[in-house]
Amino acid sequence: MATAVQPVVERENYLNSNYGIKSWLLTTDHKRIALLYLMSITAMFWLGGFFAMMIRLELLTPAGDLLTSDTYNKMFTMHGITMVFFFLIPSVPAVIGNFVIPLMVGAKDLAFPKLNLASWYIYMVGACLALWGFLFGGVDTGWTFYTPFSTSYSNTHVVSVAVGIFVVGFSSIFTGLNFIVTIHRMRAPGLTWNRLPLFCWSNYAASLIMVLGTPVIAITLLLVAFERLFHIGVFNPQLGGDPLLFQHLFWFYSHPAVYIMILPGMGVISEVVTCFSRKRAFGYEFVALASIAIAVLGFLVWAHHMFVAGISMYAALVFSLLSYFVAIPSAVKVFNWTATMYKGSVRYETPMLYAWGFIGLFTMGGLTGVFLASLGVDVHVTDTYFVVAHFHYVMVGGMVLAYMAGLHFWWPKITGKMYPEAPAKLSALLVFVGFNLTFFPQFILGYMGMPRRYHAYPPEFQVLNVLSSAGASVLAVGYVLPMIYFLWSLRYGKPAGPNPWNAVGLEWMTPSPPPTYNFDETPVVTWEAYDYEHQPQEEITVGH
Amino acid sequence: MVQQRDTATFGMWMFLLTEIMFFGGLFTSYLVYRHSYYTAFVEGSQKMNILLGAVNTAVLICSSLSMAMGVRAAQMGNKKLMVILLLITIVFGFGFLGIKGVEYHEHWENHEFPGPNFHFETGDPAHPATDPMHTEIYFGLYWVMTGLHALHMIIGIGLVTWLVLAGMRGAFSPVYYSPVENVGLYWHFVDLVWIYLFPLLYLISHKHS
Amino acid sequence: MWKNFPLFPERASALAGQVDGLYFFLIAVSAFFTVLIFLTIFVFAVKYRRENNPHPTQIEGSLPLELTWTLIPLGICMIFFAWGSLIYFQEGRSPKGAMEVYAVGKQWMWKFEHETGQREINQLHVPIDRDVKMIMSSQDVIHSFFVPAFRIKADVLPGRYTSTWFHPTKLGTYHLFCAEYCGTQHSGMIGEVVVMDPSAYQAWLVAGGSAGALSESGQQVFQQMGCATCHRSDTQGRGPNLAGLFGKQVTLDDGRTVLADENYIRESILNPAAKVTAGFKPIMPTYQGQISEETLSEVVSYIKSLSQPQPNTRSTKEAAETGNRE
Repeated sequence: MATAVQPVVERENYLNSNYGIKSWLLTTDHKRIALLYLMSITAMFWLGGFFAMMIRLELLTPAGDLLTSDTYNKMFTMHGITMVFFFLIPSVPAVIGNFVIPLMVGAKDLAFPKLNLASWYIYMVGACLALWGFLFGGVDTGWTFYTPFSTSYSNTHVVSVAVGIFVVGFSSIFTGLNFIVTIHRMRAPGLTWNRLPLFCWSNYAASLIMVLGTPVIAITLLLVAFERLFHIGVFNPQLGGDPLLFQHLFWFYSHPAVYIMILPGMGVISEVVTCFSRKRAFGYEFVALASIAIAVLGFLVWAHHMFVAGISMYAALVFSLLSYFVAIPSAVKVFNWTATMYKGSVRYETPMLYAWGFIGLFTMGGLTGVFLASLGVDVHVTDTYFVVAHFHYVMVGGMVLAYMAGLHFWWPKITGKMYPEAPAKLSALLVFVGFNLTFFPQFILGYMGMPRRYHAYPPEFQVLNVLSSAGASVLAVGYVLPMIYFLWSLRYGKPAGPNPWNAVGLEWMTPSPPPTYNFDETPVVTWEAYDYEHQPQEEITVGH
Repeated sequence: MVQQRDTATFGMWMFLLTEIMFFGGLFTSYLVYRHSYYTAFVEGSQKMNILLGAVNTAVLICSSLSMAMGVRAAQMGNKKLMVILLLITIVFGFGFLGIKGVEYHEHWENHEFPGPNFHFETGDPAHPATDPMHTEIYFGLYWVMTGLHALHMIIGIGLVTWLVLAGMRGAFSPVYYSPVENVGLYWHFVDLVWIYLFPLLYLISHKHS
Repeated sequence: MWKNFPLFPERASALAGQVDGLYFFLIAVSAFFTVLIFLTIFVFAVKYRRENNPHPTQIEGSLPLELTWTLIPLGICMIFFAWGSLIYFQEGRSPKGAMEVYAVGKQWMWKFEHETGQREINQLHVPIDRDVKMIMSSQDVIHSFFVPAFRIKADVLPGRYTSTWFHPTKLGTYHLFCAEYCGTQHSGMIGEVVVMDPSAYQAWLVAGGSAGALSESGQQVFQQMGCATCHRSDTQGRGPNLAGLFGKQVTLDDGRTVLADENYIRESILNPAAKVTAGFKPIMPTYQGQISEETLSEVVSYIKSLSQPQPNTRSTKEAAETGNRE
């Protein structure tokens, strides 16, 4: 397969086939919708980052001297809500998944293109509702909305934000629905389940969770809103309700939600590690089945967030055991990715650097999850900065790095341009260093006893907090740089051919950027997944 | 085309799965509280109008019948019959909502709506309310569960109306009738939710006095 | 250790050493695997870089390897599980004869009541080398009682009692934090636990000038609020005789049996209709809204005292001391 010679006249692709704002806002092309999502979630990422900045600035000093207590409480609440519901959950599926999955399965589009557009509009409505709540007073319940504080004591815009999250949940449900049906029904001839790229397997598993789990948080938040509006009393002990029922319903979704966040990222890593080792995936079936196992087991562990909440010791025992079980498939994936590099032909381009960062940091984050599954230790460290460090290791050190890996990997396909490699590598390094400096001290802070969501803290915790805030500033630079060079590359980037990485996969067998209808003819797949053995040796393209 | 039809139906089944999880949270809450506060919930359910509930159940089952027959008519290409049957379905749907409205009115008049004006009486002077605080939760769940169900009915009526209009324009044929089939699936599901709600809220432990 | 750059809090309870032990074991195993992965990736990245290894060797997988790296981590996890569970069960079961302290969390302070009647706000004095059991409830939202030096934490809920216990082993003053976000001054809901040697504790108790033992205050409330009218100490009352009730199994009118623990007593006062004792009519009025958390704990303490060997003839402080010497 020779790299296509760049024609003098720009060929028609999904970007230039139609101009004008209407052609974007009324598009049903999955590729354009992916870009719409890219814009929305990038904006939400910076909003969430702004809240994070306020938190870390306040925590430079032990006293609560930068913000009032109420404002600080709103900052961490809005940081959590924005990052979890409006950035992390949609990030890989809605941006990369939407763009790449139809290409990967050899289809013209997703199963329900109009539903896909509706998904984005629903996201925007939900985001606007939440933003309205943020702007006109904020919300201070924590992203976990524990009752009865959220139903009966908080004086902030709980209802509008809760309804905003309710709405954006449907965006997630429809995306997941679309992916499941597409992967089941629209694979090209010859593309059997065990030739499917692992990115599809991961997104399929995540979609199962999206579809089954999200409705539960929807009804839970709806009940919270009704309780605030009509005093129904379902979760308020003064009215006969049970605050623990809220916690069970909330975590029944919110635990699987973390697997919605991480599974697509793991899918990206599978694609990147195979391509940049020039090897087929080690243990393909095991990685694929591990994704499904994570999705299933993920529904069985929710009460490990409640070990000190007042549940029975015997219930805690069961959930602790199951939590260990859910750790194993993730470990299996880490080992398989590492083994994929064995006797490979390894390249050090930016996507691979991010993938390595992911594997290392996700391992650390995942292992600290094992600490938390251990009942005796959890009693001491739950509700402290240890938990904060744990989930930032898996969410930021893991998921955000995977998202960056994916953006860099598929950027040439999406835009037809290479990003500049040198600044990209620098950013990856800054992110890795900044991230560890920010969050590693928080493990120590947590074990020392610093509780989370604390506006002011005892002075002995200051040194570690200062280290953490310093790291955050480095991390921020690491995130700003890609904004700049990605935009720069749109105009000045080296043109990319259909397959700049010489990767195996249907998405690389169509021009960059792809035409609106993706493929000239429906491809027929006759090769196994990651068939690098039969991929001719070509020079890969590297952006300058 | 077959692939497209199968795909659309698959999509609707997936969506119905999400609806099961959505109502599932409410059913879970109801069952948990009923277990813990049995007496209060039994007393609350005594105030349900079994006759109206039963009539509504019959109405919904008939509407599912007319809906299913409408899908069959679409499959056979009988446009006129399909439109008539879908219109009958809509009438039954409004009938359900009307009867529900009567019930809601009655409960409202009896102060059986949670909030500051809630006031519960068993209606039997010999047996005063034992645990009105938890009966308020019963009613809270009653309003939310039946209210959400009614909302789904309204959406369903809207969807069937759309089918009627599109059908009158000749949009459906034996080769293309999957929207009718899939709205039918949705309609049957909403019916099924009521089949669970009715016994749970009205029937169990209902004493006949 | 490492006073200038501490990595963990002081160990001031019997449990702390065990929790730390498990923690260090977890760190060791995690560090091992982390270094293993980092090193392996590093070695593979260097050894098999493109310049060194232009032609990769395709390997599909290895079932023995998959089994190994599934079963070994699973086995190690089971060790963590067993160890962690043992510690947790110890924490969850307070020993008999523990000294009891009632705690009420409210936005944004801690209120403590010793059985001997002393009340404290945001400070808790306890004697060294005694088992101390906290019986806690919240007046408003969920709080959490967290003493890092003891390695214990338990959420404090509205509408229900929760409990935790500890055995202080080191004199000193230790942080008490609220660990469940509870609103504006969540980070201000800080206090201290002061562990004193026995004679200093006795002196503190005496100096406190309390209003009398908690159960004695409770007895007064029991009379004043009319409880004694129905709950007589014979079988003639319209309500069950409460002597000897605490800690026993109770049969309810619907056939269920429940344990008469603190939560049962609390619920019976605030929502009597929820559980009606077999053979009695559901006529007890509710005291919801008429009784504060502190008064509630006094009444509960009194009713508990009715189950002790010689109720009301000596202070419960002495009773507790006797219990602990066993």
